[in-house]
This record gives sequence, structure tokens and C-alpha cells, in this order.
Amino acid sequence: MGTDSMPAPQGIETGLDRTQELSRPGTYLELVHSWIVTVDHKRLGILYICYALVFLLVAGVEALMIRIQLFYPHNDFVSPYTFNRLFTMHGTTMVFLVGMPILFGFGNYLVPLMIGARDMAFPRLNAFSFWISAFAGLLLYYSFIGGVGLYGTGSAPDVAWFAYAPLTERPFSPGHSTDYWAIAILANGIGSIGTAINIIATVFCMRCKGMTLSRIPLLPWLYATVSFLVLVAVSPLTAAQAMLLIDRYLGGHFFDTQMGGSAILWAHFFWIFGHPEVYVLVLPAFAFANEIIPVFSRKAIFGYPAMVAASVGIGFISLGVWAHHMFTIGMTSFGNAFFTLSTMLVSIPTGIKTFNWLATLWGGKIRFQTPMLFSIAFLFQWVIAGLTGIMLSVSAWNWQLHNSYFVVAHFHYVLVGAIVFMIFAAIYYWYPKMTGRMLDERLGKLHFWLMVIGFHMTFDVMHFPGLLGMPRQIFTYEPDRGWTLLNQIVSVGGFIQGIAVLVLVYNLVHSYFRGVLAGPDPWDAWTLEWATTSPPPAYNFVVDPVVASRRPLWDLKHPEDPDSAFE
Amino acid sequence: MATVPLQHATQEGEWRLPSRGMVAMAGLITAESSIFLIFVVAYLYYLGRDVQGPTPREVLEIPYFGTVCLLSSSGFIMLAERAIEHGKIAAFRLWWGVTILLAAIFLGDTGLEWRKLIVHDHLTIHTNLFGTCFYSLVGLHASHVIVGMLMMLVTMVFALTGHLRAEHSYRVKVLALYWHFVDAVWVVVFTVVYVVGR
Amino acid sequence: MKSRANLVRRWLFAAGVLLLSECAWSAPSSTSIFSNKTTPAHQLNDLSMFVLGITGLIYVGVSSLLLYAIVKFRARKGDTTEPPQVFGSIQIELSWTIIPILIIVVLFLTTARVLFSVQDAPKPKNALDVIVVGHQFWWEFRYPQYNVVTANELHLPVSSKDAPRPAFMKLTSADVMHSFWVPQLDGKTDVLPNRVNEMWIDPHETGLYLGQCAQFCGPEHAKMLLRVYVDTPEQFKAWIAAQQRTQAELTAVPGGPEGSANEAAPNVGNEAGVVQAAATSKAPPNSPTTRGNVTPSMGEQQQISARMGQYVFEHEACISCHTVAGTVATGRYGPDLTHMMSRETIASGAVPLTKENLLAWINDPNQLKPGSLMPAMHLSERQNEQITAYLMTLK
Repeated sequence: MGTDSMPAPQGIETGLDRTQELSRPGTYLELVHSWIVTVDHKRLGILYICYALVFLLVAGVEALMIRIQLFYPHNDFVSPYTFNRLFTMHGTTMVFLVGMPILFGFGNYLVPLMIGARDMAFPRLNAFSFWISAFAGLLLYYSFIGGVGLYGTGSAPDVAWFAYAPLTERPFSPGHSTDYWAIAILANGIGSIGTAINIIATVFCMRCKGMTLSRIPLLPWLYATVSFLVLVAVSPLTAAQAMLLIDRYLGGHFFDTQMGGSAILWAHFFWIFGHPEVYVLVLPAFAFANEIIPVFSRKAIFGYPAMVAASVGIGFISLGVWAHHMFTIGMTSFGNAFFTLSTMLVSIPTGIKTFNWLATLWGGKIRFQTPMLFSIAFLFQWVIAGLTGIMLSVSAWNWQLHNSYFVVAHFHYVLVGAIVFMIFAAIYYWYPKMTGRMLDERLGKLHFWLMVIGFHMTFDVMHFPGLLGMPRQIFTYEPDRGWTLLNQIVSVGGFIQGIAVLVLVYNLVHSYFRGVLAGPDPWDAWTLEWATTSPPPAYNFVVDPVVASRRPLWDLKHPEDPDSAFE
Repeated sequence: MATVPLQHATQEGEWRLPSRGMVAMAGLITAESSIFLIFVVAYLYYLGRDVQGPTPREVLEIPYFGTVCLLSSSGFIMLAERAIEHGKIAAFRLWWGVTILLAAIFLGDTGLEWRKLIVHDHLTIHTNLFGTCFYSLVGLHASHVIVGMLMMLVTMVFALTGHLRAEHSYRVKVLALYWHFVDAVWVVVFTVVYVVGR
Repeated sequence: MKSRANLVRRWLFAAGVLLLSECAWSAPSSTSIFSNKTTPAHQLNDLSMFVLGITGLIYVGVSSLLLYAIVKFRARKGDTTEPPQVFGSIQIELSWTIIPILIIVVLFLTTARVLFSVQDAPKPKNALDVIVVGHQFWWEFRYPQYNVVTANELHLPVSSKDAPRPAFMKLTSADVMHSFWVPQLDGKTDVLPNRVNEMWIDPHETGLYLGQCAQFCGPEHAKMLLRVYVDTPEQFKAWIAAQQRTQAELTAVPGGPEGSANEAAPNVGNEAGVVQAAATSKAPPNSPTTRGNVTPSMGEQQQISARMGQYVFEHEACISCHTVAGTVATGRYGPDLTHMMSRETIASGAVPLTKENLLAWINDPNQLKPGSLMPAMHLSERQNEQITAYLMTLK
């Protein structure tokens, strides 16, 4: 089959066959049932994303309550007990019930499509993983009702998201709230490990013909790296939660300092999970950037092999840096020096990625649609987040910065400035593929600008109370420390971000019914998911695709200058 | 037109991919290894940090018999794998049965050891750090032996009812890989608990 | 147009950051990490300025490149052609791999130098030893060289070039993890149960330095404040001498029988207090001699006097948690109250030490500091006032 016999590129745009879901007759009950029993990777992906968005709103409200409490010194908007629950639940929810599910959701949806497969390697395992994660989320929030136990009134966990021992042991944390926390995270971990195994098996065993390892788009590559990290990093957390439960229910002594147990051991176990977890969350954000930035710059990604190597490199190095969360815990000077160096080393592959994105922009013809706006803001913010990361890796300075609001600002810069911004970009970019309709551009731009203003008001300013000695996780502060004005700016910014997210939610609902029809390839993109209808049929591709380069649709649209000629 | 058919003329020979069962099992083994690693680290870290007895040296006896049974089962399961590959169902049933039997003996041996520790030496998970770490680590391994044994029993039922044929040898191999992992972990646990820890 | 908006935004942002950092530096904050008063804090500060400089330069460089690319390479209206496709360049990619490696080598070596010089500093012979014990939600300070125990307010002598007197502190916790942080004096050191951590400071200027617990430790984490008073050597000496006296010694009638019995019994803390009381007064600790004399008459019980206060204090559960050296009160769970009135605050720095606050605190600690582990004793109003009167005498 020669290039002449291929359909013309214009053909892609006419190929609209709106979803069977919309055209299929049936009651709402049947519709709900079909979503519950589904093993289709696309539906599970959407379930993951919706689930995460719901919890994003919940945890966002928690964050705003925290910000109201901190608006004035000695404010009593909430009690100290409630405040501690709020930040514990905010952190736990954002990491385990928002970050992981939404990224797994996009992975579920996109990985099979981008490698030209008809489903994940194990569709039923996929459904199991989603539902056990969903159960974990509900269990965690059930603690608001059942946490204390038999007394009728419940309470959520209040031990901070890293739950340092021995605060979590029975004598210091009676009742059941900590048990809810531990069991929910254990269950969520099982779901994550299941999905990770599934993604690895999918990327390596389900590729379409011609898709050699060096032709896998960067997104599946990064998801494979992330999944490997989940396997080796989430498992220790699962083990540590099992130990905590042994302590709490069977009277074990793993973290019981009265019986010779060690508080440091928990810290090690938690951060062996906790730091790679940051990369578990940020690598998918990089993956989105790797897809979106080239398409809107109209250029191929710069340095594909380096990008793959850097991602895998970040994955490996991130396994050896965890104790930079523990510079103040009393390690030896040699230990501190080792983790300083290993942490600084992460910045090399990260730098390579940043410069490659810059080089991708360079010489392109950049289109500023909403996904690209979010990606550009991501680039600037990511640079700052990386540089404050370097500051924190300087262990001697870290003694001052550790556990202060500087750290809070730093990791929110990563989690919001990089990850949430890229998740928004991904939502704008792939929403047309998932629903068949475009998100409204005007609302999108409003969302973007509100988000940028709110984000910078909140998280730029948040660095300064930290430099002025404000520790994290305090329910109130003294008026004589010079933190008041800064905290007020931070709180106002938080509310602006809240409004921005509401604009997004409105846009998502509005555009689902009123949006412009997207067609299969609204962004003129190059990877395989744009070769099928929007939304794709259950079987994804009518004919199994065969590829000859990293950008099969580029080859199709530019038969005179195909990528495959250069490989 | 539902989709754009993407077909390229250049077919570079046969398109082969790794088997998803083996890749997934390798993934599971990676995850499980990390879990065991954490328990092993805890065990080693807490060696000799107890504030009260009994100590491992006082109460632990090396379970030679159970260890030999468990490790040799790895050999027998390989014989079973080979048998199913060549379609020799009768031989498969025999070797598979021997593997299950050896696993059961190992579990029984562990059970007797725990009985002695609890009844005679009064060492429970609550007694001290050693008790906590010991029962957790050995118990974690024993739970894996139980899971493996249950899966092998299900396979045995299929084999006895004639539902297992040579074309299923690939699935048997995936299960056997898990069993080899369980055995390999025992080597580590044995070294840590009975050699280094005593 | 959009890109111009972008440009404007960036400039505004940069200006904002500058303005804010200006505010931050000049803000009258008593806990800024940039206004240091000790050697280790100075070293950390110099290091931080160096790192800030390097990272600032990197940021300016990278973000101006990004900005340039965005403005320069934006798509022009009506241009539908694709730009030339570039897939990579080994030379360029190598350059932005090697340059960061060099920067990291520099950063790491600089950090390591400060790290080792602070963390592995040798302890001089005349160093002051301090033992810090973190409790939910207060601090216990012990001076083993002087047999002094106090709470929440740490006194240190100033350390000058001619007469260096650094404080070497050993930190441990009685319950959960805490972290000792006084930003102007040094970085944090975590305070862990079942482990002893060490840190040292040599304050160069006298004054009051504020800080607080920096590791989440439970409901009242935010109110676990720290006050460090750096005194002149003379002041410090006087303070130590005052702290060393027991209450029995202070309240004793000169020439009376108890007075002579309790000769120069140092405040060696709680358990030592028991031994002291038993040994010097030659009476069992739970005897009228040590328990503020005999049972008061009915009329006396109505009075609000320090004497009555002591009686109530010693006959209620107060003494199972608190120590007043030289008396029967030898509890270890709560702060040592022997010289409570020498402190300026109560409840770990939460409120100033005034009669009203003290009364409110004894009446119900959870009103002032919800989550405090001290229970409301449900005493009568009069008893509360009597105890307050007694405590006000513990100078």
C-alpha cells in the first residue's frame, strides 16, 4: 500500500461518528449500570477523572477553610482539632484521591489509544483497581462519620499527611480516625499497584504493529516510568501501613518508642514512598507537556531520546533522595551530604527536560489556545519550583527552611503550578477527544487568567512567611511575627483560584451539552488517539493501526515529508 | 467513516511483543519485593534493640526440614512445567501434587514452630520488638505461601477434571514464576531471621 | 496581542516579587531567618545568599529565554504553513547537560563545607550543657552542670569573641516528635522520643529570641512556643543562682527549724527533689513538715492566702504532675513550677503570666489552650484563687 492510497488528511476531519452512548436507547438505570460494570479503558479513565474532580472540589473547600482560619492571627473560625483534620484530609485527599486518580485516569484513557491498542492489557484488573481506589476514597471520608468509634460522632484523621510516628500510635491517637487513614491508603495503594502493573503490561505488550520502543510517544513512555515508580515506591507505603495497623490492632511495637521502636524508621519508610510519589505525580504532568507543547508549537519534540532517558533517569534518581525530607531529624553529616548530592542530581535530567521544551518552542509557530496557555505558565512555574527545590536540597539551609511555609510554598508550586496547571491543560486538550465537543475558549481563557493571578498571589507570597519563621501545620499564629499581611494575601489568592476552578467546572458541564463539535482531530495533532473518532468507539480503531514513525498522523498529513523517512 | 485506517507498506518482518502475563507477574514481583524489603529492613534495624526478652538466640531453632521442603518444591514445579509443556498431564499432576504437598509441609512446620514459640517461650507479636518483627516477616512470607498454594490447588482441580491442556502451559508458567519468587524470598527471610538474626 | 499581555504580566510579576522580597527583608519580624545572631545561623545565612544568587541567575536566564521564544516564535495571522521540523542536536543537548553538572558540583561543595563545619564542630571545654525535652505541648530545659530545671523559657549566656560560651544542647522527647526552632539562633533540630539529637548555638547579642515547635505534634502544636533569653554573663549567673534555690529555702522563716534543715538544697529537678526533701528534713516526704505545716482551721480555709494555696495545691492532684522543689510536689509530667514567677509567660508562651491569666488557666486550661493535656481540676473558685495566690509566690 503506497502513500497515494492513504486517505487525504482532510478525511480525518469529516470522520465524525458521535458516540454510541448518545444514540443508544435505554433508561438511565441501564446507563448507570453500564458505567458500573464497564471494563472499557476509556470509560474507566473518565470515571477516574470525574472521581478525582469531585475530590478536587472537596479538598479545595478544605484548603479554603484553612485559609480563612489563617486570615487573622488568633482566629477561631475552626477549632485546633478541626484545623488539624482539615490539613490532614486536604493533603491526603489531594495526593491520593485527586493526583493519583486523575493521572491514572488520563493514563487509562490515553495510553492504549496512543499505542494503537484496543484496550488495556487487563481490562478487568483495570476495573478492579478503579473500584478499590474509589472504595478507599469513600472509606477515608467515612471517617468524618465513623472516625472516633462508638460514640456516635466521628472525626477525620488529624495526624498530618505524613503521619509521623509515634503520634499515630494508640496512646497518642485513640479512636479510629488513624485506622481509617491507614486502611484507606492501604486499599488505595493496592489499586495503584494494580493500575501500574496494567499500564506497564499495556505499554510493553499491546503496542500496534511498527511501534518499536523508540517510536512510543513520550506519554506512554513516561507512564511506564511512573508505573515502575509506583511499583517500587507505593509498595513500601503499603508495607508501612501494614506495620502501623499491626501496631494499632495487634499490639505490635514497630513504631512504639516506649518499647525500643523508632520514630525515624517510619519517617524513612514514609519518605521512601513520599519522594518518588512527587515524581509519580509530576511525570504525567511532564507527559502532557510533551504532547501539548509540540502540537501547539507545530514542531516535533526536541531531543526525543534525551527526553526518554531523562524521564527514566528522574525515575531512578528519585528512588535515592528520600531523606532530604529528614535533614533535621539528626542524620550524620555524611548522610546529610549524601542526600544533598543525590537530590541535586535530580535537577540535571529535570533541566534537560526544561531545555528541550524550550528548544521545542524555539523556531516554532506557537498557537496560544487554552491548553498551550496553561503549558506556558507551567514552564515558568516549573522553573521556579525546580529552583526552590535546589534551595531546599542545600541541607544546611534546609535546617532553616524545613517544615516552614517556604516548603509548603515550594511543593504547592510543584503540585499546583506544575501538575494542576498541566492537568488543566490536559483537560482542555483531550476533552474534545473524550466528549466529542470543544471546551469553550473564552471561558477557558477566563479560567486561565484567574488561575494564574490566584496562583501567584497565593504561592509566590507563601514563600515569605516561611522565610520569616512560620512553621507549617499551625492552626494559628502570633500577631507580633509580621506574618499577618502575607497570610491575608495568600488567602485572597486562594479564593481567586477557587473561583477559577468553578469556571472550569461550569465550562465542563456547559460544553458537554453546548460545545462546538470537535471532529476527530481538532488540534491538528500527530499521535494515534487523533486518528479515531471523538469520542472513540469501544474498540478504538476499526482497523489495527500500523505505524512507521513517532508521529503517524504527521506522516499521513505530510506524505511529501514524512518522519518515517528520517528513522 | 469511523476511523482513519493507518496502514504502512513497510512491514518489518514479524511483529513480536513480550507476553503480558509474564510482564505483569514481573511487575507484581517487583512490588512484592519492595514490600518484603521494608519488612526485612525493619527486622534488621531492630535486631538487638529490644528492651526486654526473649531474644532470637534464646528461642529460635533453625527450620532445616521446612526449608528443604520449600526449596525443593521449586525443582518439582519446574518438572511440572516441563511436563505440561509436552502435554504429559499425568506427570504434571504428579509433580504439581508433590509441590503442593511440600508447600503444605512447610506451612505445617512453620505452624509447629509458632506453637512452640507462643506456648513454650511466651513470645507473641505483643511481647517485644523481636516478636513484632518476627511474626510480621515470617507471617508475611507464610501468607504468600498460602496464596500460592491456593492458586496451585485451583490449577490442580482443573488438572484433575481434565480441563488443563498443553496450550495452557503458558499460564502455568506465570504461576510457577510466582512460586519461584516465594521460594527466593524464603532464602532471604531465612538468611535474615535464622542466620544473621540469631 | 496576547503575547504582549503575557509580557506585561511577566514584568508585573517580576516587579511584584521584587517588592515583596523587599517587604520580607525589611519586615519587622522577630523570627526572620535572615537576621541571625549566632555563628551557625550566620554560616547558614551566607550559604543561603550564595544559593539564592546562583538560582536567581538561573531563573533570570531561563525565563528570559522562554519569554523570548514565546514572543518571537508566536504564530502570525494567516500563516498556515508548518515550521521546519528539528528533532534534536547532540551538541546543544550535551551543553545543557554539562553546564548544570558543573553548577551542581559548585553548589554541593559549598554546602558540604558549611554542613560539616556546623554539624561536626568540636565542643569546647567551657560549653554550657542544656538538655531539651519536648513534651506535648511545652518545653523542659535542664542545665545538668547547675542542677537547674525550668520550662518554656530558655536562658543562655551571650558568647563573645573574647569569652566564648556556646551552648551545646541535647534534645529528646517525652512523647511524640517535636522540633526545636528559633530562626534567629539556628536551624531546626528535631526532638524525638527514644533518641538524643544534638545542636549548638553561640549567641552574639543579648535579647529575647522567639521560635516555636516546627514538627506537627498534636492539637496544640501551634501554641508550643519557644522563648530564648540571651543574657549577659552576669545576668545569667544571677539567674542560675536564683533558680538553684528551692522554695522551702525561700519561704523558710530565718532561724526556724525547716530553714536550717533545708540548707542550700539545689533545685535539682523533680526526682532529686524527693531525695532532697527526705534527706534534709529527716522526715518522710508526705509529712506535715514537707506539706506546708498542719491542717488549717475552718476560718483559715476561707482565706485567700498563699499559705492556703499551698495547702490546696499539695492536697489536690497538682503535685502528681508538677514539681515545686523543696516541697512534696514532685510530679514530672508537667512543667517545673519551682520558679514559675521568674518566667514571663505561661502555657508555653501562649499568654503572658498575669494573675488573671493564671486564674483562667487553673480554672480550665482548655479555655486558653484547647487540647492542653492539663485537665480542669473542677475546684471551687476560692480554691482556684488560693492556688493562684500560692503560685504567685513562687518567685
